[in-house]
Amino acid sequence: MSKNKTKLVPVPSKAMIPERDIARAPVLECVNLGITLGGIKAVEDFNVTIGRTEIAGLIGPNGAGKTTVFNLLTKVYQPTTGTILLNGQDTHGFDTVQVNKAGIARTFQNIRLFKNLSVIDNVKAAMNNEMKYNLLSAVLKLPSYRREELAIHHRALKLLSIFDMQDSADVSAGSLPYGAQRRLEIVRALATNPSLLLLDEPAAGMNPSETVELMDSIRKVHEMFQVAIILIEHDMSLVMNICESICVLNFGHIIAKGTPDDIQSNPAVIEAYLGRKK
Amino acid sequence: MALKKFISLKRSENRKVFITYIAVIAAFIICQGLSMAGLLSSSMQGMLVPICAYMVMAISLNLVVGVSGELSLGHAGFMSVGAFSGVAAAIIMQNFITYAPLRLALAMIIGALFASIAGFLIGVPVLRLKGDYLAIVTLAFGEIIKSILNNFFLGIDQNGLHMSMLKDTTNLAEGGRLIIRGPMGINGITKISTFIAGFILVMIALIIVFNLVNSRLGRALMAIRDDRIAAESIGLDVTKSKMTAFVISAALAGAAGCLFAMNYFTIEARKFDFNMSILILVFVVLGGQGNFLGSMIAAAALTILPEKLREFADYRMLLYAVILIMAMLISNNDEIKYFFRKLNPFRNKQEAE
Amino acid sequence: MDLLRHFINGMSLGSIYAIIALGYTMVYGIAKMLNFAHGDVIMVGAYVCFYAVSRYKLPPFVGVALAVLLCTILGIIVERLAYKPLRQAPSLAVLITAIGVSYFLQNTALLLWSSNPKIFPSIIKRASIKLFGGQLSISHITILTIVTCVLIMIVLNLFVNKTRLGKAMRACSEDKGAALLMGINVNATISMTFAIGSGLAAIAGALLCSAYPTLMPTTGALPGIKAFTAAVFGGIGSISGALLGGLLLGVIEIFAKAYISSQLSDAVVFAVLIIVLLVKPAGLLGKMTQEKV
Ligand SMILES: Nc1ncnc2c1ncn2[C@@H]1O[C@H](COP(=O)(O)OP(=O)(O)OP(=O)(O)O)[C@@H](O)[C@H]1O
Ligand SMILES: [Mg+2]
Repeated sequence: MSKNKTKLVPVPSKAMIPERDIARAPVLECVNLGITLGGIKAVEDFNVTIGRTEIAGLIGPNGAGKTTVFNLLTKVYQPTTGTILLNGQDTHGFDTVQVNKAGIARTFQNIRLFKNLSVIDNVKAAMNNEMKYNLLSAVLKLPSYRREELAIHHRALKLLSIFDMQDSADVSAGSLPYGAQRRLEIVRALATNPSLLLLDEPAAGMNPSETVELMDSIRKVHEMFQVAIILIEHDMSLVMNICESICVLNFGHIIAKGTPDDIQSNPAVIEAYLGRKK
Repeated sequence: MALKKFISLKRSENRKVFITYIAVIAAFIICQGLSMAGLLSSSMQGMLVPICAYMVMAISLNLVVGVSGELSLGHAGFMSVGAFSGVAAAIIMQNFITYAPLRLALAMIIGALFASIAGFLIGVPVLRLKGDYLAIVTLAFGEIIKSILNNFFLGIDQNGLHMSMLKDTTNLAEGGRLIIRGPMGINGITKISTFIAGFILVMIALIIVFNLVNSRLGRALMAIRDDRIAAESIGLDVTKSKMTAFVISAALAGAAGCLFAMNYFTIEARKFDFNMSILILVFVVLGGQGNFLGSMIAAAALTILPEKLREFADYRMLLYAVILIMAMLISNNDEIKYFFRKLNPFRNKQEAE
Repeated sequence: MDLLRHFINGMSLGSIYAIIALGYTMVYGIAKMLNFAHGDVIMVGAYVCFYAVSRYKLPPFVGVALAVLLCTILGIIVERLAYKPLRQAPSLAVLITAIGVSYFLQNTALLLWSSNPKIFPSIIKRASIKLFGGQLSISHITILTIVTCVLIMIVLNLFVNKTRLGKAMRACSEDKGAALLMGINVNATISMTFAIGSGLAAIAGALLCSAYPTLMPTTGALPGIKAFTAAVFGGIGSISGALLGGLLLGVIEIFAKAYISSQLSDAVVFAVLIIVLLVKPAGLLGKMTQEKV
């Protein structure tokens, strides 16, 4: 926890901002990111910079292109234009797996858990790449297998306990209640040790008390792992409460960026959400 | 209770593994006992080795279909590669390895090796495809393997091995032996497969597959099966995992093919055709995808069943077809499924609610 | 001249594949199932036609019509009894059921008609046409096959694009849920697709056995698999893909038989399929869809 926290504010990447800490590269820089899907420009000219330990919000009306931005960042869709710099490294030509290894982990708006695996195996699956034992030691149950399996077992339980889920570790993921499934997706993403965590509507379908718990958990995760987070969310109180900066999308374009207070009073944002006043 | 604690059967997977081992060992002891007491009919006696081979095929295919979630319609191809290479190796070794069990073991290893090479070569293109396209390409490879083996000649003489395609141009020297004779396959095989060897192979296959499924590979495979995009998003290498499973599966099929072939005097490539691939797939689907014990039981039952139906003479294959269709219709009927779920003593508490 | 002769023979064989592939493709498009019993419907059609023409001395045209009728009914019955209860079942269960149906049809044929091969009477008895001063001879059945295939393609395209039923079919294969909401009777549409596919299979059976006159209970199996390959080749689910795939497959097969090896011709056909799928993973005319995340 001794890490020096330098907050960076998302700005149009070309603009110069004096308080920006240039010595430490931001975790994410998007330059003119865009994609055409089914003939429409689902996202265009997306320019954003995210600091090392920032919690940023990505909001906008339905169909604005928020999820598409996540899909571009994780290369589920290949961008048609633009550059993504992750920890200063250009991710051009990367696939989803490489992007994850480079430090992005995400959750999905439509929950995508490994339904037939147990809760703990969902988490362990995400720790696959840190295990080194080979197949032979698995078949023969050699000490290296036992040691590493035991280690990740404990680590997985610890991660689950952040969200109070250690007791349902052996339950199959598909049989969890909805809110728990969303939390498990976050744990699974965290298990890959990301430097940037993308959360796509984590509070969707949760009741108010669950949402408050989730907010605390996200804060806890942020503290513990010093990870940057981008949060897509329709629940405005959640976004305004935990995000340090917010970016608003509408029809694939950024219409506003700034602190929660700026955004709440921004006329363009109000118009996008409420429609033009007649 | 003490035993239960000892092998930590808390998790239902561990329990399933344990029950499977016990069931296989018990079945072996019973069959071996019956056979030694002379209580087994000669037709049943003759089926013991093929049943073991089919069980290993079912385990092998279940690794691909059940655990990896890919449909393979060409598994008989790997079986035939294993059968031909293994038997050819056994024939070559005949003169200097006289101890039959050792020769059989080596032959099975060689069969597994060749089949795994075939599995790798086929896996490279196949595993880039998805779903039904992948299935059709495995079917295509199965047919290609059959065509090639059907036109392949291999002979041995004092100058070493000679092979040719389409026509027998091996020109063996005096005293040489033509081992693989194209469409005639291999004949004059010394039958060295035994029930015990079959049992050991089944156990080895089970241990390999169970331990892999409970390792990082198994988790990766099942994760990819359940949701490929989510699996990629947590950094799981889809192609590599699937390839590993495919090659292991091919190797097991190769060993099974060798065991199977060494139980007959002659084998032909025709035997390992599309219908054979389908037969094995039926074991897996009837026994349950990912359910190894179930698919082994299905393998045994469906091997014995046609024999038992023999009294219906001409109608037996018709009956077999009807049973197959009925089994599918019944096992996918929601009401019946619910009924059986209630009966299952091992169901999760969660499921029961 | 040999080249031309092989090409024409290939087109003829390919036309048969194309007609069978149509059945596969339409059923796949709408029910998303690999109907492995389709090849055996061909065999049933051929047997019906055989008995009508050589036993009951009916004119060939009537024989074919009878075969089409019976196979259509067979297709509907099979769909109702075996596939319809499995609409919600996993695709693997449906696949195995289709294989069960295939065994059922083959073994019923075995019981009814025995395994002795029947020599199929050609449905056209005229001598072949000689061209280029007798250097090239084309049998009438070859021409008839190609013409039939072209006709079927035209009619089917009109049907699918211009009629209400055809449009319903397309709607169902795009999105069954939406089609249901639009008031389309999805079950009836699926039944109709099976009926059309099976009727076409009967025509293919008659043509196939006129060109290759040995008829056995297993006659349909291999052409069935190859036609399925053709459907995948062209892009499964696409009608023009089935035509293209069928024709290419036929031509490749005949050329492979003539210039490479008749024993390995099947291997060559399947190898070409694999190469095509590697270059175009959804077949020649199929389109890849991006999964929405
Ligand atoms: N694979 C695709 N093919 C075609 N269009 C797509 C695809 N994925 C997204 N779109 C379109 O891109 C636009 C943006 O979609 P996106 O899912 O990013 O919206 P969103 O901001 O996440 O909305 P919501 O709040 O409803 O989740 C929509 O019009 C959507 O229909
Ligand atoms: Mg979204």
